[in-house]
Amino acid sequence: MLLIRCPYCGERAETEFSYGGEAGIVRPKDPDALSDAEWADYVFHRKNTKGAYRELWNHALGCRRWFELERDTVTYRFNDDAS
Amino acid sequence: MKYSALSLLGNALTQNRNWKPAWRKPEPKSRYDAVIVGGGGHGLATAYYLAKEHGMRNIAVLEKGWIGGGNTGRNTTIVRSNYLWTEASLLYEKSMELWEGLSQDLNYNVMFSQRGVYNLGHTLQDMRDIERRVGANRLNGIDAEIVRTDEITAAIPHLNTSPSARYPILGASLQRRAGVARHDAVAWGFARAADKLGVDIIEQCEVTAIRRDNGRVTGVETSRGVIEADKVGVVVAGHASVLADMAGIRLPVESHPLQAFVSEPMKPILHTVIMSNAVHGYISQSDKGELVIGAGIDSYVGYGQRGSFQTIEHTMEAIVELFPIFSRVRMLRQWGGIVDVCPDACPIISKMPVEGLYFNCGWGTGGFKATPGSGWVFAHTIAQDQPHDLNAPFALNRFETGALIDEHGAAAVAH
Repeated sequence: MLLIRCPYCGERAETEFSYGGEAGIVRPKDPDALSDAEWADYVFHRKNTKGAYRELWNHALGCRRWFELERDTVTYRFNDDAS
Repeated sequence: MKYSALSLLGNALTQNRNWKPAWRKPEPKSRYDAVIVGGGGHGLATAYYLAKEHGMRNIAVLEKGWIGGGNTGRNTTIVRSNYLWTEASLLYEKSMELWEGLSQDLNYNVMFSQRGVYNLGHTLQDMRDIERRVGANRLNGIDAEIVRTDEITAAIPHLNTSPSARYPILGASLQRRAGVARHDAVAWGFARAADKLGVDIIEQCEVTAIRRDNGRVTGVETSRGVIEADKVGVVVAGHASVLADMAGIRLPVESHPLQAFVSEPMKPILHTVIMSNAVHGYISQSDKGELVIGAGIDSYVGYGQRGSFQTIEHTMEAIVELFPIFSRVRMLRQWGGIVDVCPDACPIISKMPVEGLYFNCGWGTGGFKATPGSGWVFAHTIAQDQPHDLNAPFALNRFETGALIDEHGAAAVAH
């Protein structure tokens, strides 16, 4: 089980969190201006990186706030420089 | 050597000293007509059907580890075709038809056992979904029936069908032609049959780059040198995004760990396959007597081929809820496989924006059952440079057109 460091509550067990997937995906300001391919890229396509990956987590059974962490998707270790 | 009762007897009389390896270990050639990346069941089946159905003989299968060492050997071996949507059910049914003649076709016993699969319903909504799915299956010519609780109790006496259970069983769907197969034998059988047709199976050969020229694939760079190829078919499950990235392509898949478990061996106690969507576990008993158990994926993206303890706990809770008699059975082994999950829980079997490059990925948690059918349609796609009618709906561009095939939650099990 992962030990996840919530920036507001400190380290807690993974079972308190829900996973939000790849971080840094910004909803396009004007979806109508996008082609179908660009919209598909925003909605569906993901980096799915093997290695260092920035992700969103939600402390669902705690403070219920969203935050971002960087984790290695092979070793499952969180990288220290992440906020 | 053709395997037969006679060859068995002959080798027994010579004290089994004359068995030959089931496939060669060739050095990679510098050039092939087609290269298949990924030596799992799907990749080996693709190479086999390319050689058998399409007459291509100058083919290599490149595998970074050993064949069948990835998800092919890390699943719960269940084979069924009772999917809801027509596109999906026809694809899985094609696979089922191939399964039914596979041992003869390959001259290798894949131990395909049509012992039936029950998908349990625990709520009124479960039962409505089951009725809808069974109806849809029948309209597509796939065997399916609804069984009542008293019939389930009679067939599987150890299953807790008591109305006082926390999630009482109200009924089930049953596909009698469904069952299990021995997953290692599937990889070995396809490898041996493909090798016989001249396919080079090259293990310990990791692809590190996909070479392209003017929007056309020209070959691959590997840990064992450069291999030129006119066509490259990639079927690498959890590592699909990694390979796609080498060709500058983005995919709509995310890779998650999925665990499977076997218990200590026991005397025969469970003659069929039980799956439960609501309690979320599935269980059968192998011919060696081990209970084979599976459940859900870990929520996060992971390539680590191991799963987390809370997932193990959830899985065991589900199994003990269904079968209280198994509460003191000890688990013997556990694996994590890396499954590439698509947003609509259906695979991508498709040409790619790069000419001569083909991907077969996104099978998520349910790829094993599709092994022969997946290889069959992928071989057609590669050989003819266009999809077969069966896999045309599974193109990569469905995420642009919106023609998704939404099997999430519809496909008889939660993903």
